[in-house]
Amino acid sequence: MKIICNNINFYYGSNHALTDLNLNIEENKITALIGPSGCGKSTFIRTLNRMYEHIPKTKITGEIFLDGENILTDSYDLAELRKKVGLVFQKPNPFPKSIYENVIYGPKKHGLKNKDALDTLVEKSLRKAALWSEVKDKLNKSALELSGGQQQRLCIARCLAVEPEVLLMDEPTSALDPQGTLKIEELFHTLKEYYSIVVVTHSMQQAARVSDQTAFFLNGEIIETGTTDDIFTNPKDQRTNDYITGRFS
Amino acid sequence: MKRKLKKREFLIEKLLILFAGITIVTTLAIVLTLFGETFQFFKEVPILDFLTGKTWAPTLVPKSFGVLPLLVGTLMIAVFSSIISLPLGLGSAIYLSEYAKTRTRKIIKPILELLAGIPSIVYGFFALTFITPLIRQILPQTQVFNVASASIAVGIMTLPMVASLCEDAMMAVPNSVRNGAYALGSTKMEVALKIIIPSTKSSIASAFVLAISRAIGETMIVAIAAGQSPVLTFNPLESIQTMTGFMVNMSLGEISQGTLEYKTVFAVGTMLFFMTLIMNLIARGILYRNRERY
Amino acid sequence: MEKKLIRRRRLKNALFQGALISIIVFSILILLLLLYQVFKVGLSHLSLSFITSMPSRFAARAGIASALAGSIWTISLTILFAIPLGVGTALYLEEYANKKSWFTKILEINIANLAGVPAIVYGMLGLAVFVRFLNFQRSILSGALTLALLILPVIIVASQEALKSVPSTLKEGSYALGVSKWQTITGVVLPYSLPGILTGSILAVSRAMGEAAPLIMIGAAGYIGFMPKSPLDSFTVLPIQIFNWTSRPQAEFQDIAATGIIVLLVLLLTMNAIAIVLRNKYQNRMD
Ligand SMILES: Nc1ncnc2c1ncn2[C@@H]1O[C@H](COP(=O)(O)OP(=O)(O)OP(=O)(O)O)[C@@H](O)[C@H]1O
Ligand SMILES: [Mg+2]
Repeated sequence: MKIICNNINFYYGSNHALTDLNLNIEENKITALIGPSGCGKSTFIRTLNRMYEHIPKTKITGEIFLDGENILTDSYDLAELRKKVGLVFQKPNPFPKSIYENVIYGPKKHGLKNKDALDTLVEKSLRKAALWSEVKDKLNKSALELSGGQQQRLCIARCLAVEPEVLLMDEPTSALDPQGTLKIEELFHTLKEYYSIVVVTHSMQQAARVSDQTAFFLNGEIIETGTTDDIFTNPKDQRTNDYITGRFS
Repeated sequence: MKRKLKKREFLIEKLLILFAGITIVTTLAIVLTLFGETFQFFKEVPILDFLTGKTWAPTLVPKSFGVLPLLVGTLMIAVFSSIISLPLGLGSAIYLSEYAKTRTRKIIKPILELLAGIPSIVYGFFALTFITPLIRQILPQTQVFNVASASIAVGIMTLPMVASLCEDAMMAVPNSVRNGAYALGSTKMEVALKIIIPSTKSSIASAFVLAISRAIGETMIVAIAAGQSPVLTFNPLESIQTMTGFMVNMSLGEISQGTLEYKTVFAVGTMLFFMTLIMNLIARGILYRNRERY
Repeated sequence: MEKKLIRRRRLKNALFQGALISIIVFSILILLLLLYQVFKVGLSHLSLSFITSMPSRFAARAGIASALAGSIWTISLTILFAIPLGVGTALYLEEYANKKSWFTKILEINIANLAGVPAIVYGMLGLAVFVRFLNFQRSILSGALTLALLILPVIIVASQEALKSVPSTLKEGSYALGVSKWQTITGVVLPYSLPGILTGSILAVSRAMGEAAPLIMIGAAGYIGFMPKSPLDSFTVLPIQIFNWTSRPQAEFQDIAATGIIVLLVLLLTMNAIAIVLRNKYQNRMD
């Protein structure tokens, strides 16, 4: 197990957003999080790299073990955690800088200065994100000139450049056209060789196509987890069944 | 390495708090220095003589410290400049937000900004060498230094501020509010007067108060064009002295700390500070109380 | 009957519009008149020797060398003090401070009030604190510190606006890479908000450049016959030199006052134009 979550409770002020969550995330597998809007998927995924720390008045209890170490303790270094656990956002959010600058942003801030090493890293990360062939001749162009799908792959590359072990993706394709979506879904298969991936998605088909494990969220609770095959073909809980057959949205 | 980074983050935050704190220290320093010297001043001059006396002659013998001439001079400038800045500023704002096309607005706004960016010393020069001769041509009895000329210049200088504050508020009125009236066949004028002005009245009032406060604190124009004669008059064609005019005039000569002259400057300054402070508080109070919601 | 009423309403509207347009035309006319007046009086004296000469008892020989140098010295130091302080304070308020704490509220109210304090009152502060208490005398340093405090609120408020415009998704993108707060500020926040900060700062600095009253209060001289060499030298600035000439009775001095104004306006308008261009570029990017 790469990540083990024990009894997570999460609060936005007095709003109890996650209740007694338990979830295991396997190494080199893709775990899909599904559930209706507002059920806490984004909230949960953001606990895994402690992004909630930037929102005032949030509170979390429970334990999250990453490689056996509890990341929710104060002594766990936030920078180290986020280097290990990367996050890709729903809407592509490249920095208004060149493509090259976007990729090296993280490593540079973490102290890597050697030009050759940075060059290698840029190529490696962009290749892994399946973007290299499209941008290798315009690395110094602004990232904002790329298409939406390319921007999202750039954001993935930017994430890969700090050499994470876990990739969190919050609806990474919801702002993309079908072609962009397809590219990213293809990418999942190659990425999972190196990374453990957690992906939030609203598309049942996407979850079924790309993931190995699936967790179904409802009202801040996990109703059911299991292999994707099991969840989609043989759900144990009526509510899971209702959701995947589209009886509530 | 990690420790070092954390320590740096911590120190930077503390440094920024320190920077922010300087603004508070500034206020405290202003209040303390003004109060300190003013307190000394009132040890020598009875406060009642200061506030109600009609003769201002701090450097003559016999000395006299009745501040009324300065106060009346200042208020005259404030009132007469308002006659220009308030209606013209409001009118410009209505034109820009209700009548002007985007292209026209893009040309006119920078012009108003330029008008606002011209230093008061330049307006002073303009008042003395252009407005005053013009007034004297029409009304030959006008003195070389006079309230009217300075007031016109102060009014022109504060006009852009009124225009820009009012326009911001008017532009914030959503179009849906206007469209309802236009659908009923209202003319632009009716929309402006019956809908836009009433719904932005607190912003307008606040802009007016701020403009008056600016006029009270304006210094160089009045020092150049309004004169340096502290006489109690209500005639705008005569020469007067304002509070700021007096302060500048005193500072042009050498005044040493501890003398009564020095303290007098601070006493007048304190009065000026409080007048503008109160007006600024009123302006923000008006805004705060009637925040426009749509 | 009905028709007549409508026609009257239309007529009223047209008259109203005409009145508003004349107001705008009046403003533009004033600007043109002012420039015309200044150039008509002052242009004939504008020459290289006017810029390189010291002031003199004889208008024909007088120049603005020492005043121009004083202005440049003072403004450079003002920028040095005011921009880091102003941007730093804005960063604290927008990126660090808890918006609901009483300390933050006091800070913001205080800054708004400081923005409304008349310039001449800052001059008294400068006189009491910098000239006397800290004993910097009537020096460039005292002048620059006074002007820095004067424009500080303007820079803070403009910088706050610029910082507010930075999309939170960009900041989150940086944080998610394990990048610290200050590194995120230097890496993402400041580059993004720089045009806005610069625009506000340039406008504030150009205001400082035109100020005479606070510097007269701290005792900047009306006549300086040498070039300032250090921040502790006594000094004069362009606006004070202009004031000095304007308030002399002889017409020749009024003329060279206008020439001085031309130089001052050219400097200020250049700065303003840069600010406006910067802002337009910035707005286009935001659209
Ligand atoms: N910053 C916030 N402050 C307060 N409450 C929040 C915040 N973000 C989310 N919430 C609340 O937490 C609950 C879970 O929200 P969350 O964004 O995690 O849902 P989600 O499952 O990701 O929904 P979606 O599918 O629409 O993205 C919701 O009730 C939401 O209102
Ligand atoms: Mg979500």
